[in-house]
Amino acid sequence: LSIRIIHNGISDTIQDAGRYGFAASGINPGGAMDLVAMQVANLLAGNNKDEAAIEMHFPAAVFHFTEPCLIATSGADFNMHVNDQPLPLNTPIIIAAGSIVECKKLRSGARCYLAVHGGFDIQPWLNSYSTNLKANAGGFNGRSFKKEDILTIHHSPFTTHNSPLTILPWHADVSAFYEQPQTIRILPGNEFDQLTECAATIFQGNSFTINSQSDRMGYRLNGIALERNELDEMISSAVTKGTIQLLPSGQLIVLMADHQTTGGYPRLGHVISADIPKLAQASAGTAINFEMTDHITAEQVLMQQQLHLQQLENALTFRNQHLFQPA
Amino acid sequence: MIFPRIYSLGDNAVTVEFGNQINETINNQCIAFTGSLTEQNFRWLKDIIPAYTTVTLIYDTISTKRIAKNETAFSFVRETIVEMIKNIQPATALSMRKITVPVCYHESLAPDLNEFAATKNCSIQQIIELHTSKTYRVYLLGFLPGFPYMGTVDPLLNMPRKKTPHLKIAAGSVGIAGLQTGIYPLDSPGGWNIIGQTPLQLFDPAKTGPVFFHPGDEVQFECITLESFHQQKKCS
Repeated sequence: LSIRIIHNGISDTIQDAGRYGFAASGINPGGAMDLVAMQVANLLAGNNKDEAAIEMHFPAAVFHFTEPCLIATSGADFNMHVNDQPLPLNTPIIIAAGSIVECKKLRSGARCYLAVHGGFDIQPWLNSYSTNLKANAGGFNGRSFKKEDILTIHHSPFTTHNSPLTILPWHADVSAFYEQPQTIRILPGNEFDQLTECAATIFQGNSFTINSQSDRMGYRLNGIALERNELDEMISSAVTKGTIQLLPSGQLIVLMADHQTTGGYPRLGHVISADIPKLAQASAGTAINFEMTDHITAEQVLMQQQLHLQQLENALTFRNQHLFQPA
Repeated sequence: MIFPRIYSLGDNAVTVEFGNQINETINNQCIAFTGSLTEQNFRWLKDIIPAYTTVTLIYDTISTKRIAKNETAFSFVRETIVEMIKNIQPATALSMRKITVPVCYHESLAPDLNEFAATKNCSIQQIIELHTSKTYRVYLLGFLPGFPYMGTVDPLLNMPRKKTPHLKIAAGSVGIAGLQTGIYPLDSPGGWNIIGQTPLQLFDPAKTGPVFFHPGDEVQFECITLESFHQQKKCS
């Protein structure tokens, strides 16, 4: 019951909803960049939504499945194929024993999540399956997949009988999570007021382009350099996923999943949780705009997303019922 | 400005700021508040980030919003903090651990030591003496798993971060940045001036408590020979 890595990709890691409770030790949460996509893939594959999944970047690894499995992908469209047959995103698929799963082309987005029914047989580190690449811990041996790695999967009803490739006749509509991909809503940061009046206007009115030095730690942005009234150094304090920091050069960085726990650069704003998934799917070269909002709106939009996920979960529980009955 | 001050750090985090300078009194308040938060064991609280002068609460926005009913999750958390601060005990009874950290200041383990001495116009021996002459407090852990931000060094050792960071600093390397001193727990790129190395292992993911230091620890560096370094390295 395993998946063998035939070729490795540039960075394919196991991620879950993140490792919380250890920030005081300098251990950051990590976890899926696009949590919604990871959760949708899991729900489609009949898993608990926060089960560990494989986060892939393009070019991604090529996987060989020894046994039949129920799988699903969500997030970026990497033109996934099983044995040279194209497969839809956001759709549960039963694949046959010996199937080869590969991603042929980067069509849209930046990160694709592969969930396998039953989940992976790996050990959690500090209560989470997320891979912490810096610490070399968590996930699969604390690192991204290499050629010839073998990832064991838990036994599931699909591993007991051999069925041909079956694309199940339902899918998840995820468009609501990624509307207006260029507009990133933010809440003001504690040091926002340090910007000059002109810089504050530019920050909220102009667009900033994600540059190629962007990764799981953070997105560096190109744009008009922003100036501050105060030039005092600040005392290092907490930062979170979505914190927008102003670098000494006047350029911006948005911290993402593998951010450090603390930072010493001025925090101009914080991306609202509901807009992190679309930011996580924005690739280098994308221009984004920051739009100031308030806590009421930020929480309302997040609760709507949660409701949408809950509805999907309910619908899939009903749909999947017959799949999990003993043969 | 009046302290403690509470501010938002996005839609899932709130920060309490106890002051605006790096000193032990303010840091004690952070450590004490972190302790009482941990004791409360709030179900909506996901993580706590104590720093020099601040404590940040990372909350689960969805479950907090459900408890908060008509108000926002943010104001619910803020009010909870306001209530807690009213009852906070003065942080006098903190039990500080005293830890001696062996450091080898041999140039083979200290890539920046010669330049450091040259810039400061003093001998390597003087730098070692100054660095080992006082105890340092661990103000917080951050940057890397188990990386202690300690301070403050003698003003004569004040040295800005390197303009061009090292691509790889070895685990155990002891560095100085401004008035801070710290130890890299893992191999990592970094901009601190490396003046020595400890044979201690400061991060071990296989351990239940994977990091060596805690905020509030009192650290004394002890100069050891290269021979002793290699011996202790073998044992740890």
